[in-house]
Amino acid sequence: MPDAILEADRPFPPGDYPVLVVGSGPGGLQTSYYLGRAGIAHAVISADAGPGGMFRRWPFFQRLLSWTKPYAPADRQSRAFERWDWNSLIAVEPELRGLQAEFMDGSSDFPSRPEMEANLGAFADRAGIAVRYGCTWDSTRREEGPDGTRFVLMTSDGEYRCRHLILAVGIAEPYSPSPPGIELAVHYADTRAAETYAGKRLFILGKQNSGFELASGLLQWASRITLASPSPAKTSIETRSLVGVRARYVQPFEDSALGGGVDILAAAIEGIVKVPGGLRVDLKRSDNGLPVSLEADEVIAATGFTCPLRDLPALGVATFGQSRLPAQTAFWESATVPGIHFAGTITSGASGLKKHGIPSYSGAVQGHRYNARILVERLAETGFGIVHEQPAIALDDLRDYLLAEATHGPELWHQKAYLARVVTVSPDDGIRDRGILPLAHVLDSDGPDAVAMTVEADGQGAIYPVVYVRRAGKVEEHALEPHPLNDYEGSLYRRSLGAILDLVAPGASAA
Amino acid sequence: MATRDEIADAIAGMSLFADLAAPQLMGVASRFEEAFFPEGAKVLRQGISGSAFYVIMDGEAAVVVDGERRAVLGRGEFFGEVSILLGEPPTADVIATRPLRCIVLAGTVIEPFLVEHPTVMFRMLQAQARRLRNANRLRS
Repeated sequence: MPDAILEADRPFPPGDYPVLVVGSGPGGLQTSYYLGRAGIAHAVISADAGPGGMFRRWPFFQRLLSWTKPYAPADRQSRAFERWDWNSLIAVEPELRGLQAEFMDGSSDFPSRPEMEANLGAFADRAGIAVRYGCTWDSTRREEGPDGTRFVLMTSDGEYRCRHLILAVGIAEPYSPSPPGIELAVHYADTRAAETYAGKRLFILGKQNSGFELASGLLQWASRITLASPSPAKTSIETRSLVGVRARYVQPFEDSALGGGVDILAAAIEGIVKVPGGLRVDLKRSDNGLPVSLEADEVIAATGFTCPLRDLPALGVATFGQSRLPAQTAFWESATVPGIHFAGTITSGASGLKKHGIPSYSGAVQGHRYNARILVERLAETGFGIVHEQPAIALDDLRDYLLAEATHGPELWHQKAYLARVVTVSPDDGIRDRGILPLAHVLDSDGPDAVAMTVEADGQGAIYPVVYVRRAGKVEEHALEPHPLNDYEGSLYRRSLGAILDLVAPGASAA
Repeated sequence: MATRDEIADAIAGMSLFADLAAPQLMGVASRFEEAFFPEGAKVLRQGISGSAFYVIMDGEAAVVVDGERRAVLGRGEFFGEVSILLGEPPTADVIATRPLRCIVLAGTVIEPFLVEHPTVMFRMLQAQARRLRNANRLRS
């Protein structure tokens, strides 16, 4: 009975668990890893057949948008290396760190999709993360009992009960708008092999990275490519952030500028109709409202994905935006249903301050891997009474410690103006390192005097450290100067930060 | 949750966008992002730089200066523009007093947006003039 043996080997049968994690992409794996480190019993279920989440299938052209630099100026097993490695999950054990570099063949600093999948699979394997694969979450209900709320998940394998539900199910459900004739288009998720577009006139609806990824990959195949959406396309080089089309997909812009068979339109789609020999796409220009029509053989809707939250909105989980992201607290808990938490790309729904229009990078592994660690620390403290270590810092060390964090701290670099290194100062307890916390939490909560150090960008090209000082419940912001090499450990920064720290920790500048 | 179409429909009825034709409304709707704030959440923070321009789609927010409530804003009203236009941090907290849905435009893109949409700029100027007149009335 091999099937029966297999079934017996599957971990986490239906039942009661303190914490249930749904998903086995990077967000689910990272969360399970830290739950395990904290000693919190939990189950992980996943509809997939193995680890990797979206990277089991996408990106379509099999090359990531996120880099790992194997020969960066930091040891691969060090925390500092994380700043140069956007793709590995993070860990306490050196042997589990920086795994992505191990799986790269030297052809690009952007790993291929299979290399990323191998990296995630190796992490799951070596960290011993158990997942009940092939278990699909179907629906949810809430039960109120004498000891509080339980969430009950009906799955393909039976019912799971938990006090804390952590959803790491990605932003993975194809979304298409609904103009007339949209059924004549296929979604990005259903794009066919590139060579089948040979000689075709291709219309791509959407000007995000997925649209430009297809356009770039099909330049050599399609006879003509048109991309359209209501607002003008911007590149990440123009926005000086990850907002906009990434530099890897910039070729269609150049082709368009040179009149080379690619057209990029700011226009809203009115409809798609069948005509002899193909399809006609009707558009209205955003600038002057004039109609534009064009013929195409194929229409692809590169219009993004939404969050597969099943029936959670009916349970009261508020969502927002076209991706239907759940509204979240600073610690990635549903803003409207306590006890439901999020990990992975969904954490981009906790948008933080978005200073100067620059979002968190929670939609990518290099951002959300830290969110998962902080989420577990928070859950351990509030749900299980486990308080993580908050070491004392000597007054003489405070200034250099914070400047080193601003210069090297990967959390601060990957989650600009979103995550902060936080220290508190109080007469009873001295100076304590509170770890990495969401900036919004530090600014909006009461507590002892504190200093929060971030790295921020102004969207115009400048990157600089910012120091937030909370004194007697009021917060002041102090931006330090940018440095041409992003090195904030020199004497100018020691002087500037020393003067600021003296406000809450007198004598810090004298070290 | 709102799609671009739904945002376009909603803002069509707001005085700030009253002069825009349908395709322009879609263009505007696709520039803004939607944001949700539960009751009690801070949207703008007094003295903290880098903030954005918000238009309320649904819900209610209070304008609070040094802990004192100065105004309550509702659907169709907007905030955040003063600090962006002056290049200074907000001089007030704005706090959701009921679950709040807004559309948001980053401060860094306000200037090109207003220059491209002069009728929106004119409506915003009118609203500012009204606020100034009311403030002067209170003072006199």
